Amino acid sequence: MTIDLKLDDKSEDRAKTLAQGLLGTPADRPEGHLKVTGAAIYAADSVPENCAFGMLVRAPGQGALTCTNAEDIRAMPGVLAVIRDPRMIRNAAQGTANEAPVQGVDHAAYTGQPVALVVAESFEQARHAAHALKIIAEGPPGPVDPDAVKPEGEPDAQGDLDAAMADAPHTIDAEYTTAGHSSAPMEPHAAVADWDGENLTVRASLQMLKYNRNELADCLGIDPENVRLLSPYVGGGFGSKLGISAECVAAAIAAQELQRPVRVVQHRRQVFETVTRRSETRQRIRLAADADGRLTGLGHEALVSNLPDESFAEPVTQASAFAYAAANRLIGERVARLHRPAAGSVRAPGEAVGVTAFECAMDELATELGLDPIDLRLRNIPDKDPQSGIPFSSHMLAETLRDGADRFGWQGRDPAPRNQRDGEWWIGTGMAAAFRVNLLSEAEARITLTAEGARVETDMTDIGTGTYAILTQIAGEALGLTADRVTVKLGDTDYPPGSGSGGSMGAASTGNAVWLAALDLRQQLASKMECDEGDLTLKDGQATCGNTSRALSDLLGGDTLSGHGHIDAGKAFEDVRQSTFGAHFAEVAVNDITGEVRVRRMLGSFAAGRILNEKTARSQCHGGMTWGIGMALTEGLTHDRRDGHIVNRDLAEYHIATNADVPPLEVHFLEERDPWAGPMQSKGLGELGICGAGAAILNAVHHACGVRLRDMPATPDRVLAGLSAL
Amino acid sequence: MKHFDYLRAEDTTAACEAGFGRGAAFIAGGTNLLDLMKLEVMAPDTLIDVTRLGLDKIEEEDGGLRIGATVTNSDLAADMRVRRDWPVLSRALLAGASGQLRNKATTGGNLLQRTRCPYFYDTDTPCNKRTPGEGCAALGGETRNHAILGTSEHCIALHPSDMAVALRALDAQIEVQSPEGKRRAYYMDNFYCLPGDTPHIETMLEPGDLITSVFLPAPKGDRQVYRKVRDRASYAFALVSVAAVIRMEEGKIAHAAIGFGGLAPQPWRDIEVDATLTGAKPSAALFDKAADILLQGAETHGGDDFKIPLARRLLPAVLEEATS
Repeated sequence: MTIDLKLDDKSEDRAKTLAQGLLGTPADRPEGHLKVTGAAIYAADSVPENCAFGMLVRAPGQGALTCTNAEDIRAMPGVLAVIRDPRMIRNAAQGTANEAPVQGVDHAAYTGQPVALVVAESFEQARHAAHALKIIAEGPPGPVDPDAVKPEGEPDAQGDLDAAMADAPHTIDAEYTTAGHSSAPMEPHAAVADWDGENLTVRASLQMLKYNRNELADCLGIDPENVRLLSPYVGGGFGSKLGISAECVAAAIAAQELQRPVRVVQHRRQVFETVTRRSETRQRIRLAADADGRLTGLGHEALVSNLPDESFAEPVTQASAFAYAAANRLIGERVARLHRPAAGSVRAPGEAVGVTAFECAMDELATELGLDPIDLRLRNIPDKDPQSGIPFSSHMLAETLRDGADRFGWQGRDPAPRNQRDGEWWIGTGMAAAFRVNLLSEAEARITLTAEGARVETDMTDIGTGTYAILTQIAGEALGLTADRVTVKLGDTDYPPGSGSGGSMGAASTGNAVWLAALDLRQQLASKMECDEGDLTLKDGQATCGNTSRALSDLLGGDTLSGHGHIDAGKAFEDVRQSTFGAHFAEVAVNDITGEVRVRRMLGSFAAGRILNEKTARSQCHGGMTWGIGMALTEGLTHDRRDGHIVNRDLAEYHIATNADVPPLEVHFLEERDPWAGPMQSKGLGELGICGAGAAILNAVHHACGVRLRDMPATPDRVLAGLSAL
Repeated sequence: MKHFDYLRAEDTTAACEAGFGRGAAFIAGGTNLLDLMKLEVMAPDTLIDVTRLGLDKIEEEDGGLRIGATVTNSDLAADMRVRRDWPVLSRALLAGASGQLRNKATTGGNLLQRTRCPYFYDTDTPCNKRTPGEGCAALGGETRNHAILGTSEHCIALHPSDMAVALRALDAQIEVQSPEGKRRAYYMDNFYCLPGDTPHIETMLEPGDLITSVFLPAPKGDRQVYRKVRDRASYAFALVSVAAVIRMEEGKIAHAAIGFGGLAPQPWRDIEVDATLTGAKPSAALFDKAADILLQGAETHGGDDFKIPLARRLLPAVLEEATS
């Protein structure tokens, strides 16, 4: 049997009728011990017998490519093959592409494109030979400067923003820029490919297996049925593993040619170039407000970039469409076609940079109005989606703002900038709102129930977010089993297709599929108990209905029951606007001499429906807020102005926030249920913590020292320029 | 990575002899060399491990300290004598790299670490330091962290060390053993070469020369300050750093030795800056004058323009702290 649910309407809160008491608890990750002891097998850890090792080779420039010394390289010690195959891919596939990205090795669209694979008996031999392979690029570089080309696309207009700006007593018209970002997952992209006749198995580090399988099959020109992908553990993805990347395809081609398994691991410098980066953005934000601080006009226009033939454009203004009410609106992105490495989804695509810049502009407006920035936001919360007029599924922005303000100690803050000093350091506080659209994607799961316990199977991945833990909790809660009697098996395309991890929708999508599979089993158990499923209580391996109570083992005997759940998004994601909300607060210190900024503390208050696991949820928010520090202050890809290549492509020069940059982070969740979000009534949380976090920091910088930093990251040189200009 | 031979030297003589061989390189902590070898920016045929030569001791000598070449950055920073009498060195060390790197990195290796110029690390772009005569991709490229003093038209790469900046302000001496078995010493002032038209030659060391120790003379100033401005709170190279060693007598500066990082192809010191300060009464005007002298010949390249105003603010702040 299968229980299918298309989410067209509200769902009742079934979790509250369940008895196990596992859901929502801060349960440990069942695989945590394996990970911290190094026993979890990641993609590159499994080296099969007779495995050969491949190293990708980059194009040193752009245009037509020739390789002049392949024969010499083939003669080097240990070298097995020099592969330049037209099936190799230009860049990683976009998330949910479900088909091959641009392929080919005869032409480089960007400097750094992977255009060959050298395979050898050892990793070191492959690397040395790859370095010696001579690739010559003959073309002049294509355009690499976003301001040098005419971009595609036009923003959507509603009303007349120009007129609203002209009429309003208070306006803001400011330009913000954010640098490109790299996902920089701790585990570099890796694949081990092995053929058995026509069947290909690839151990890889990927986020969305059901799409990845089709992408890889399409690249190779084979039937997806012949491809099996295994990604039981993934050492971080942040969007960079949504689609297959160069090492998967190259390893499969090499393994086919050599008739032996081949492992390809990307060097950190290759990860920076060949997988998708977050586009840099240039954002013009216009706000028009009446004397009471009510918005009459809202403009958010963004310029982003991508390679030709890439469908993705950083959706910078995604949340601006519904964040605040204003009758006159102009919102949207333009894309510059550039020959920089491909852009794609990086944690919270759109809102991460869009909400951050927009919330800085809101702070500027609050200053202009002489209003408390929280008050300004409260005055502009829309009662329905301002663009489409549809209602919100739930809306707790006001509650998070008030909760965060109370806990942070916002009341009594003197709004005047430059009024608190600690030695050389200016001290200030700032806040920002957080928004992130809530999505759900099709997902399936299967649960096998025996007297011993339950086994959950789906090709869903755990990219470090806690999927193993929450699926254990959902199945245990629904079936009345303690966590140790639930086994969760993930990351194998032989299992039913889950949602994959991405867009903050994994927990809600696959979690609901697991619930439906468990519901299927509950119905089967109820029929064995001869009662309605709704009257069945399952707890600690005991089934109870009215006056009858039986041990599950007794009820099942030697039987094996199988439950299957399938969920998909329907009208609940069209007829209502679904989003998560939050409020960020930060205290910073700005050095008056050097322009250095240090974050002293941060606090976030979030509402995202039911919190499935308080501990893993908190970790997600910690991570997001830490990314906010990086985005605001330290992180940014630097492109060479001549050929667009990424200059700072290692972790010494690409500055993610270090431990020393991260102060105590406080995270609070507000109790919320969103009936539109599915039977679990939980919404996506993985990306909410990053959205707007950087704005709270930069608004605090302004409060501290009086400088508005509109270019991110706000490195000391930029802060210093602002201080000098005061 | 190119295949290489690994040789563990038993004593300094054997190390120097082996180091004289073609394609040989000494390795201690390897925190920089291994990265460069993986990228084949450096591709030695033979690595000579110098970590078992007994050069890992810190000993008192003539009122100063003799620091073995393989004393780790962590051990040196934590030495109680260093912390008490040469605190600028301890602070400079702790401002550099990360805890993990400092546990491996050594005193001699730190002095010889290569530039972090991104084009030096990118073998697909030209670099005169890597391949003499090839050209310089940094010129006209991304120059946010390049040198503005002491550069040439062939190379604008920075020396990235923090430790060496403090050593220069402390008038440290570097003891070197040659393959012939002779020992000689360089003052920090004479150890490094400016790029000129030979940016691949960075120090006075000849093939097979092994740094055996660094001698720290008795401190000439009790007021010691190290300030480093960087892009993040840890694990970032200096945008600008200043090491100040000052002694005050009767309200005047009796001794001033100021080292600078983040500005030049070597740990920088300007005798005119020191001379201007020495004998003078501390004042904002004096400090500004010192900054003017320091920066009078500075040449920036766009991305590093900010280093002039940054150094101009940082130096007076450090001098204020060290003299007040």
